[in-house]
Amino acid sequence: MRRYTWLVPTLYIIFLMLPIYWLLNMSFKTTNEILGTFSLWPREFTLENYRTIFTDSTWYNGYFNSMKYVVLNMVISVSVALPAAYAFSRYRFLGDKHLFFWLLTNRMAPPAVFALPFFQLYSAVGLFDTPLAVALAHALFNIPLAVWILEGFMSGIPRELDDTAYVDGYSFPRFFFKIFIPTIASGIGVAAFFTFMFSWVELLLAKTLTSVAAKPIAAIMTKTASTSGYELGLLAAAGVLTIIPGAFVIYFVRNYIAKGFAMGRV
Amino acid sequence: MALKTTNQKGWLFVIPVVILVAFNAVIPLMTVVNYSVQETFGNNLFFWQGIGWFEQVLNSERFQSSLGRQITFTSIILLIEIPLGIAIALAMPRKGAGVSVCLVLMALPLLIPWNVVGSMWTIFALPEIGLLGKGLNALGFDYNFTRQPLSAWFTVILMDVWHWTSLVVLLAYAGLVSIPDAYYQAAKIDGAGRWAIFRFIQLPKMKRVLTIAILLRFMDSFMIYTEPFVLTGGGPGNTTTFLSIDLVKTALGQFDLGPAAAMSLIYFLIVLAVSWVFYTLMMKDEVE
Repeated sequence: MRRYTWLVPTLYIIFLMLPIYWLLNMSFKTTNEILGTFSLWPREFTLENYRTIFTDSTWYNGYFNSMKYVVLNMVISVSVALPAAYAFSRYRFLGDKHLFFWLLTNRMAPPAVFALPFFQLYSAVGLFDTPLAVALAHALFNIPLAVWILEGFMSGIPRELDDTAYVDGYSFPRFFFKIFIPTIASGIGVAAFFTFMFSWVELLLAKTLTSVAAKPIAAIMTKTASTSGYELGLLAAAGVLTIIPGAFVIYFVRNYIAKGFAMGRV
Repeated sequence: MALKTTNQKGWLFVIPVVILVAFNAVIPLMTVVNYSVQETFGNNLFFWQGIGWFEQVLNSERFQSSLGRQITFTSIILLIEIPLGIAIALAMPRKGAGVSVCLVLMALPLLIPWNVVGSMWTIFALPEIGLLGKGLNALGFDYNFTRQPLSAWFTVILMDVWHWTSLVVLLAYAGLVSIPDAYYQAAKIDGAGRWAIFRFIQLPKMKRVLTIAILLRFMDSFMIYTEPFVLTGGGPGNTTTFLSIDLVKTALGQFDLGPAAAMSLIYFLIVLAVSWVFYTLMMKDEVE
């Protein structure tokens, strides 16, 4: 029986790859071919769909807009979560448990609930249609997540590390940046990965908080799908291009993730 | 867990987080609470309404059926994804190059924007041009997810399994690799079978990560919006209109602020209550 276990992950991965392959297949076809014939691979191979995306500024700006708020969100979330996670893992203070649970409840808030109030709030403070608005809105669910992940990693590190550093005469900031942060580098990697992931894939809030200047790529795709008839090839090409950043990120953090998951948090 | 010292300085460290999250959570939440108890006729005129909207929403057939569909969907998702994820994690290689390949390929669906997942599955499942749609029809099934409720449900569930099972796999796998070899050796000496090893060693060791997996899958499937919205738009008819889709239709489509706000709060409270039960169970284990 042991000999055949490799079949299970293999079949699963094939199942995962089929729709992705189909998207790739469609992205190299002309609209005529998509609607006219059914084929397992493109007969009239074309790069026209990709050329449109790379030359039309509404398209490629969408990618820049998405990247802007995703990176901004990642930086904000992880940097404010670091000290908070440290406090939760090292100190006992008034209301700490309640605060921790309150933070987590925000991870549980359905974005649909917040769509309308967010629109009003960010319009009121004059941030509507900026990458910062989306980055801050995504912080709602990403900060709690980052705190939760980092707290897990930090609790795995013995307190003796802190105490030894003080005995050796380190000041707190010096200890924190020189010793503590390098020690939990893999935790930061995992937290960064997850904040990237949830900000990159979320659309409802990103779409609600932007109109023209900061419109994310995913929203441009939805608009194309509904307005300009059915340009499936173009839609497929845009879809393929949104998979690439994710694939890169996974590739670079794959070892951290395996390690991070092994610590049992996330 | 390391011993904690009582130190109110902790508050200084959490202030930035509290400010940012409060800005995002408290103000919008108060806006919602505000709308939920008032009636408006436009022109920024508001009248006290009390719990009228809550009664109306809870008694409306529309909300009840959306909630019913949502519960059905989430239950099916959990029943499929959790066991499947465990099974795949058990069969994954523990070392060698295969691990990286599996992790990278399996994590891929998790990083695709949700509307792209919807578009991708539309292209994949359309009966005329999609591999799945064409394939199922060629096999003799009468399949068309834009017209038949059953096909639509099948597609939405298959899509979610495709999208999220990997999260369960990754978490379960993490639980598995953290089990020291000594446990397995001891089991071998005792002559434990495959099932006994799973039941008494692997499952208890995975309990923690599995609770997290169930919690995350519950929350996210209960909030699902974008993927079914792109794929079926809630249809055919209302057959795949889940809570979030219904809510966005009421709030941003019809601009019925009062009912939408009341519905938001009820929705949020349901997620909160169930998650709290999970969280308490999880934390209880941690203390032991």
